[in-house]
Amino acid sequence: MPVAASAVYFLNLRGDVLINRLYRDDVGGNMVDAFRTHIMQTKELGTCPVKQIGGCSFFYMRISNVYIVIVVSTNANVACAFKFVVEAVALFKSYFGGAFDEDAIRNNFVLIYELLDEIMDFGYPQNLSPEILKLYITQEGVRSPFSSKASERPVPNATLQVTGAVGWRREGLVYKKNEVFLDIVESVNLLMSSKGVVLRCDVTGKILMKCFLSGMPDLKLGLNDKIGLEKESQLKSRPTKSGKTIELDDVTFHQCVNLTRFNSEKTVSFVPPDGEFELMKYRITEGVNLPFKVLPTIKELGRTRMEVNVKVKSVFGAKMFALGVVIKIPVPKQTAKTSFTVTSGRAKYNAAIDCLVWKIRKFPGQTEPTLSAEIELISTMTEKKSWTRPPIQMEFQVPMFTASGLRVRFLKVWEKSGYNTVEWVRYITKAGSYEIRC
Amino acid sequence: MSRNDSKYFSTTKKGEIPELKEELNSQYKDKRKDAVKKVIAAMTVGKDVSSLFTDVVNCMQTENLELKKLVYLYLINYAKSQPDLAILAVNTFVKDSQDPNPLIRALAVRTMGCIRVDKITEYLCDPLQRCLKDDDPYVRKTAAICVAKLYDINAELVEDRGFLESLKDLISDNNPMVVANAVAALAEIQDNSSRPIFEITSHTLSKLLTALNECTEWGQVFILDALSRYKAADAREAENIVERVTPRLQHANCAVVLSAVKMILQQMELITSTDVVRNLCKKMAPPLVTLLSAEPEIQYVALRNINLIVQRRPTILAHEIKVFFCKYNDPIYVKMEKLEIMIKLASDRNIDQVLLEFKEYATEVDVDFVRKAVRAIGRCAIKLERAAERCISVLLELIKIKVNYVVQEAIIVIKDIFRRYPNTYESIIATLCESLDTLDEPEAKASMIWIIGEYAERIDNADELLESFLESFPEEPALVQLQLLTATVKLFLKKPTEGPQQMIQVVLNNATMETDNPDLRDRAYIYWRLLSTDPEAAKDVVLAEKPVITDDSNNLDPSLLDELLVNIATLSSVYHKPPEAFVTRTHSSAQKTEDDDYPDGSESESSVNLANGPGSPPTSSYTIPPSVAPATPPSAAAPVPDLLGDLMGMDNSSIVPVDQPATPSGPPLPILLPASTGQGLQISAQLTRRDGQVFYNMLFENNSQVPLDGFMIQFNKNTFGLAAAGPLQIPQLQPGASARTLLPMVMYQNMSQGPANSVLQVALKNNQQPVWYFNDKILFHVFFTEDGRMERATFLETWRSLPDSNEVSKDFPAIVIGGVDATVERLATSNIFFIAKRKNANQDVFYFSAKLPRGVPLLIELTTVVGNPGVKSAIKTPSPEMSTFIFEAIETLLRS
Repeated sequence: MPVAASAVYFLNLRGDVLINRLYRDDVGGNMVDAFRTHIMQTKELGTCPVKQIGGCSFFYMRISNVYIVIVVSTNANVACAFKFVVEAVALFKSYFGGAFDEDAIRNNFVLIYELLDEIMDFGYPQNLSPEILKLYITQEGVRSPFSSKASERPVPNATLQVTGAVGWRREGLVYKKNEVFLDIVESVNLLMSSKGVVLRCDVTGKILMKCFLSGMPDLKLGLNDKIGLEKESQLKSRPTKSGKTIELDDVTFHQCVNLTRFNSEKTVSFVPPDGEFELMKYRITEGVNLPFKVLPTIKELGRTRMEVNVKVKSVFGAKMFALGVVIKIPVPKQTAKTSFTVTSGRAKYNAAIDCLVWKIRKFPGQTEPTLSAEIELISTMTEKKSWTRPPIQMEFQVPMFTASGLRVRFLKVWEKSGYNTVEWVRYITKAGSYEIRC
Repeated sequence: MSRNDSKYFSTTKKGEIPELKEELNSQYKDKRKDAVKKVIAAMTVGKDVSSLFTDVVNCMQTENLELKKLVYLYLINYAKSQPDLAILAVNTFVKDSQDPNPLIRALAVRTMGCIRVDKITEYLCDPLQRCLKDDDPYVRKTAAICVAKLYDINAELVEDRGFLESLKDLISDNNPMVVANAVAALAEIQDNSSRPIFEITSHTLSKLLTALNECTEWGQVFILDALSRYKAADAREAENIVERVTPRLQHANCAVVLSAVKMILQQMELITSTDVVRNLCKKMAPPLVTLLSAEPEIQYVALRNINLIVQRRPTILAHEIKVFFCKYNDPIYVKMEKLEIMIKLASDRNIDQVLLEFKEYATEVDVDFVRKAVRAIGRCAIKLERAAERCISVLLELIKIKVNYVVQEAIIVIKDIFRRYPNTYESIIATLCESLDTLDEPEAKASMIWIIGEYAERIDNADELLESFLESFPEEPALVQLQLLTATVKLFLKKPTEGPQQMIQVVLNNATMETDNPDLRDRAYIYWRLLSTDPEAAKDVVLAEKPVITDDSNNLDPSLLDELLVNIATLSSVYHKPPEAFVTRTHSSAQKTEDDDYPDGSESESSVNLANGPGSPPTSSYTIPPSVAPATPPSAAAPVPDLLGDLMGMDNSSIVPVDQPATPSGPPLPILLPASTGQGLQISAQLTRRDGQVFYNMLFENNSQVPLDGFMIQFNKNTFGLAAAGPLQIPQLQPGASARTLLPMVMYQNMSQGPANSVLQVALKNNQQPVWYFNDKILFHVFFTEDGRMERATFLETWRSLPDSNEVSKDFPAIVIGGVDATVERLATSNIFFIAKRKNANQDVFYFSAKLPRGVPLLIELTTVVGNPGVKSAIKTPSPEMSTFIFEAIETLLRS
């Protein structure tokens, strides 16, 4: 059964109900008490997001200072339930204009009740597109499309759009200037051994799109990915152009993309939602250009002293630069005193997270700053266990660089009125979980 | 943008309820609206505002949609507690359901369906009927779900008013969202009903697959979930379906991806082409991996499901083990699941990398995770023979870190490794003994004691070591006491000197006099008697060679796995339990018929496994009787059954007949392991019955280039507990040579739990090749015993004495009985004996008797017109639960 929920609860960190909605009769209204006593107030919390208590099962997620708890008593679709929560939170954020937390819920409880009624019926998720819902569930409520007040401009056939085949875009949009912004955002995940061997490395990228287009445009996106290019040259019966092609391990698309056409023709074609959305996500494991190499040497000199040397090398083009680089170098809990020198940026010891935090605001390509530190430890007799050396973690952003080498080749826009569009493309690579064991 | 609703939560000092009442009845619209908001705010924080029912309902008649929604919300919450007053709202509901605004029409129907008050339900029918045929799709999609709501309240009403038909009509609606909701509603109704309501024909299937393209993401989930119950007619249809579902794997919504995977896996069972299957596996891998970049909670769901998927299709993620490496910041529940999958995917190819990872994890902070990592190393050692040595050296390195729980965990797994590879790695015992005094957990202690006892002859100071444990014997937990008892006996038998003799006295005294644990006491008595009557026999029993163990602790039973795979993405797949195990709602009757309609697919299993092609590892585990899970201390469990065997004068070897026919002849045996799969080794086998004994008639053909020897066989747990009664005796097979054998079998040895089925899983190894696994079907007629003949009178008496509930019947429409004599004779060779025959109109009725093992009588009545197709078979037996198998046997015998 694809039922996702019998009841949804929003709790604050103390366990008070902020808002709740019962969708089905099979769970009692007080089931949340069981959640409070058996999960929130025990060590269970955080050990497993799906938990059975008595005849009911609980799925929970924490988002800022709110627990969202789903209760079911049947063999519900868990994947559907969690995805529903994720999407619902995104929807609420888009309504509140940003934050989703305890205060936001209290301040908008009427709206949330209204939305909860609309986005799920009898435990089955319905349309959750903010675009469409905003047509008829509005901030002031009274601005309903069928309101008898003449002053309000009624939005035609809202209901048809909720249920329509293009359930994510409304009709009749008009923009003076037709523009599309494409952001290619890549996160590099790396796990490197202390000897510099890459244990795991992949890039998860997403293409974020901001559309300000009139009417019902048809868009087609071309990337320099291998399969798409091969298919294209097949169809047009001309050889593939030389140049770098990228092999995508996997792609997933926003619901606006026609999957059947992608499967047969390998083209990404779609009618975009208005405004901002995530068009696609992809994953690459082969041929990743790592923007940084980290070479740590950590020496434990006896029981009370350590020497740490970390060299960070930027391997992207010399004209480019990375922003907001943070390198967290773990040190033992019993660190007493640290002294260090850095060739670039600033470093300090943060005792709360047991790390040396080295920050470099602007990090040009093809450079290799180093940090060398001496650490004195409190000598303890009881500490038998040796220090378990957590990995070095790194954060950064490199604009105009893609770790995968992915490029947008074209973005075509067709609309029956035939207007011209301006397209903007940006690239940025960020650190995902960039870890170097030491 | 943000509003400030929180003000509604603030309360005034003056009595709240009366104040609200006053405001609700205010003449100003805005004030009324604010009052309703305050009521809802109070309701949210758990205050009882049901006394305001009438006043709130009075606000219902409003143009203001927001206010209306709030009042409706109030109604949903309190109508049940005020059923009589709720009727006040009916008029407005009915009126609203005819409002020109479709949003209001839908809202009315949606809300009415949520109010579970009988009187309201009655009034719901007419509006619902109208709304199901509404012009606006928004109203229709809401009405579709409302039918499911109504069915939950009053199923009869739904059927009487013909709502099911209207709902079925909506499957052909031109709006995809209406279709999706109608499918969801029908699937749910079907789940709760015992009658077939929503049967998916190939026509509906194709229509729904087309609708998939236009549905919202959630609609796609509803449709895929409903369709996953569909059984394709043949491989071609299955391939067609799969082709139309695969594009869904690219969807950004994880629920769509998992439901698509579920459906593809179901259809794959039918697909025979290895190319297609391989291709599908290739296509499914990337989307599954991508799920691991979602939110951790979704990752968890995905990992639990991947755990199931790799048990059935190990090839899918065979090359992706790196993606399961744990990140330092992964939540603990994600790490634990990743570890489990890493063990499943570990192979000779990647074991070095995996071991490096495990070693890294074993130094992390979280104790549970560290323990699991250490255990994982041990399980890899047991799983991969060639990597065992490397695993052990990693374990030894870890022991040297001297972290208490790491050492204990390592000792537990090393004990299992000793069990798996006897006489191979004992050189490390000395290192283990160094950590003796740090052990404080019962399981680790018991393991260490087992090791000492098992290898007493190689440990110089074994007696001293055991003696140090003996001091605290009375205080130890039962687990440790049992091990100490056995280990001391072993020590004594191996070194019958004075020291051990004193020790054994102490232990036996302690275990027999000063304990109230019956297991311990009984075991001590048995040892005592054995030692005092025949020390040589005691040696045979206690020091008997132990069967080899395998790593199966985390593999699921194949039939359970089948069931869980049908439930991918649901709770069942996360818990790894069938839905009945945790869903307490009572539609047991419904569940049952559904099972009948959709057989669990076990019949197709053997073909599927072969289709899997070479290199497909087993889908299930193989344990050896007596069931000694590797995690439990094995030493004690092993000797006990042998011991009992001896006591009861039932030497196992006496069951094996001496005069085995050298080359049994007969019809060719079915090929179970084709040479193409078995690297040149071909195995044909079938169960047969000879001279009152069940044999496994096997033919081995060596088409490979090398001589094969050292054949060993194991049978997985099965419904009838079939197991080998003796070792497999196959001489060395030269290339091109073949050998036949009759392997004697015993029943009721390793019974599997769970639903009965006729699958017999066989594992076979030799010294040259990997372990081969294949499935055979248990032919039930080999169980009919020779003494099944009955006198007429006995037959009649037995028939009468059994209650009618024990009678089961089945039709075989395609079977023709040609010659009566030939049939009777053929049945007699399978120990089904003819009793009598009578004429009933133009039909002949035959009566037969047979006997099942353990002396259970079986009476059979066959009704047919001789020479015409169609045989009706009725059976009566004290064990009607076996009827499926009995009918299968009858059908096979009549057909042959």
